[in-house]
Amino acid sequence: MQLEELKRKSIENRKKVLQYIYHAKAGHTGGSLSILDILNVLYNDVMNVSPENFDSNDRDRFIQSKGHSVEALYVVLADKGFFPEEDLLTMCQYNSPYIGHPTKSIPGIEQNTGGLGHGLPISSGAALAAKKDNSAVKVFTVLGDGEMAEGSNWEAMMFAAHYKLDNLCAILDYNKLQITAPNADVMGLEPIDQKIEAFGWAVKHVDGHNLEELSKTFNSLPLVEGKPTFIIAHTTKGKGISYMENVLKWHHGVPSKEQYDLAMEELDLQLQELETVLK
Amino acid sequence: MEETKTAAAANLEVFSEVLQNLAATDKDIMVVTSDSRGSGKLVPFGQKYPEQIVEVGIAEQNLVGVAAGLASMGKKAFAVSPACFLTARALEQIKNDVAYSDNPVKLIGISAGVSYGALGTTHHSLHDYAVLRAINNISILAPADNFETAEAIKAAAQMTSPVYIRFGKKGMPENLQQNPDPADFKIGKGRVIQEGSDLVFIATGEAVLPCVEAAKLLEREQQISCKIISLHTIKPLDTELLLAAAATGKPIITVEEHSVNGGLGEAVASLLFQNGCTNTFKIVGLPDDHTVSGSQIEIFNHYGISGEGLKNTALNLFQL
Repeated sequence: MQLEELKRKSIENRKKVLQYIYHAKAGHTGGSLSILDILNVLYNDVMNVSPENFDSNDRDRFIQSKGHSVEALYVVLADKGFFPEEDLLTMCQYNSPYIGHPTKSIPGIEQNTGGLGHGLPISSGAALAAKKDNSAVKVFTVLGDGEMAEGSNWEAMMFAAHYKLDNLCAILDYNKLQITAPNADVMGLEPIDQKIEAFGWAVKHVDGHNLEELSKTFNSLPLVEGKPTFIIAHTTKGKGISYMENVLKWHHGVPSKEQYDLAMEELDLQLQELETVLK
Repeated sequence: MEETKTAAAANLEVFSEVLQNLAATDKDIMVVTSDSRGSGKLVPFGQKYPEQIVEVGIAEQNLVGVAAGLASMGKKAFAVSPACFLTARALEQIKNDVAYSDNPVKLIGISAGVSYGALGTTHHSLHDYAVLRAINNISILAPADNFETAEAIKAAAQMTSPVYIRFGKKGMPENLQQNPDPADFKIGKGRVIQEGSDLVFIATGEAVLPCVEAAKLLEREQQISCKIISLHTIKPLDTELLLAAAATGKPIITVEEHSVNGGLGEAVASLLFQNGCTNTFKIVGLPDDHTVSGSQIEIFNHYGISGEGLKNTALNLFQL
């Protein structure tokens, strides 16, 4: 997909994320805005997956380990045509399948997630199965920085390196904030790159909101033959909305009417600026 | 309880043999172990089918997560680990990645119950039926003999929903029922090991054998005739068979190598009571207490999970 189109989608999908969270009066706003660019690039420019090939075993797999940021995934999947976007008006309502975490009952979603530290072990198993089948399937997973404290992630980290799963790419949504406080205060991760390299992975830092950089990186995997890839995507929690960026309360804050209108104005302005640049 | 003279192989060994037979013609059979291939009798499997065994190291959470990932890609993944670790350490992975995500992993809990004997409570699994019964979308099995083990594994390989099967280390009889027909084995359907008219034993796994021994003593010494049901599937319950057995009005004793809380006995009691049954009823299992130390047989004897112990439980029931 053209870079300009990806950029437009990133802004438009941010508007949708806010629209449905505002409507549902629930959601993980900050984290969804944080991972949105990563998902946009994966689904629109990297992975071989679409509503047309979702029944095929040859499709690439995406497993969202940080399940709570499901609103970004819903919006990207709806945009991709997996289900009608208006279904999202039922999000988090009684008897709606669109709950606050990913489930396989939604077209396009591979696994039920929500408990933290689960995505990497499952993704590792899926990547191993693809290797056993000599398949070209790639497996992607997005992890939150807070969930890096889960021991199961480090079990899977040893495993994926041991089995040389270079068809596996884990992406850390490194916005450096978790529900209580900055990671550094809750449970420090650093030096996260050295730790993961020491576990036998190929590691790369990227700007998690630079669509061009994300695209180039994801389209040139594996970074190192025979090693699983770990992308440390430096992101901003609440990205795109001035008053939400890096503000803790937007972890699962829902905007008021005034805040919602202000956010939409900001995003509309970003769209206008993009159009101006393109002209 | 005496060591049974008819002991053939441990159910564990039967499991390994059956799995090798299945793997010979099905490359999607995958065994995942957590440094447990020796204790799981899977060394020959690994030698014959090195591409179909995956070692994860001592990491049970990852064991179950990886198995779920394999299953999600169409593999028939058998996650094999001591029952104590598999169903406690990895319980959240079982709940979320297997049951909730509907990945048809075959969870194999080895050296289950008090098989590890004197190694103590860290190595005992007396909670597994209870915790798994409360999780939606997983079948729970405990085969009693070599026959049930072989049939359960063959059935599990074809299942498209999650299943947990547990067995012990000790040699078990080849067949507790005379001339069993493999066609009669169905997950979710109990087996009548012997018919009887005065008392019903309902047991599961390696607790069925002591019922057979007790029935012999009761018959010989008291002319009490016992029906014995091997309820190899604890979930889903065979409600038809159980209600029919209760309809005779005879006393019922349930026997399990599990805590008396939340296991087979409470499952059966719940079913019967909600269906208006008023049979005299006794649950035999491990009490809600620190487990006595000793071998599996010594622990069984201590808590009356033995021919003599169950005979006395039965006689006490008749005196009520």
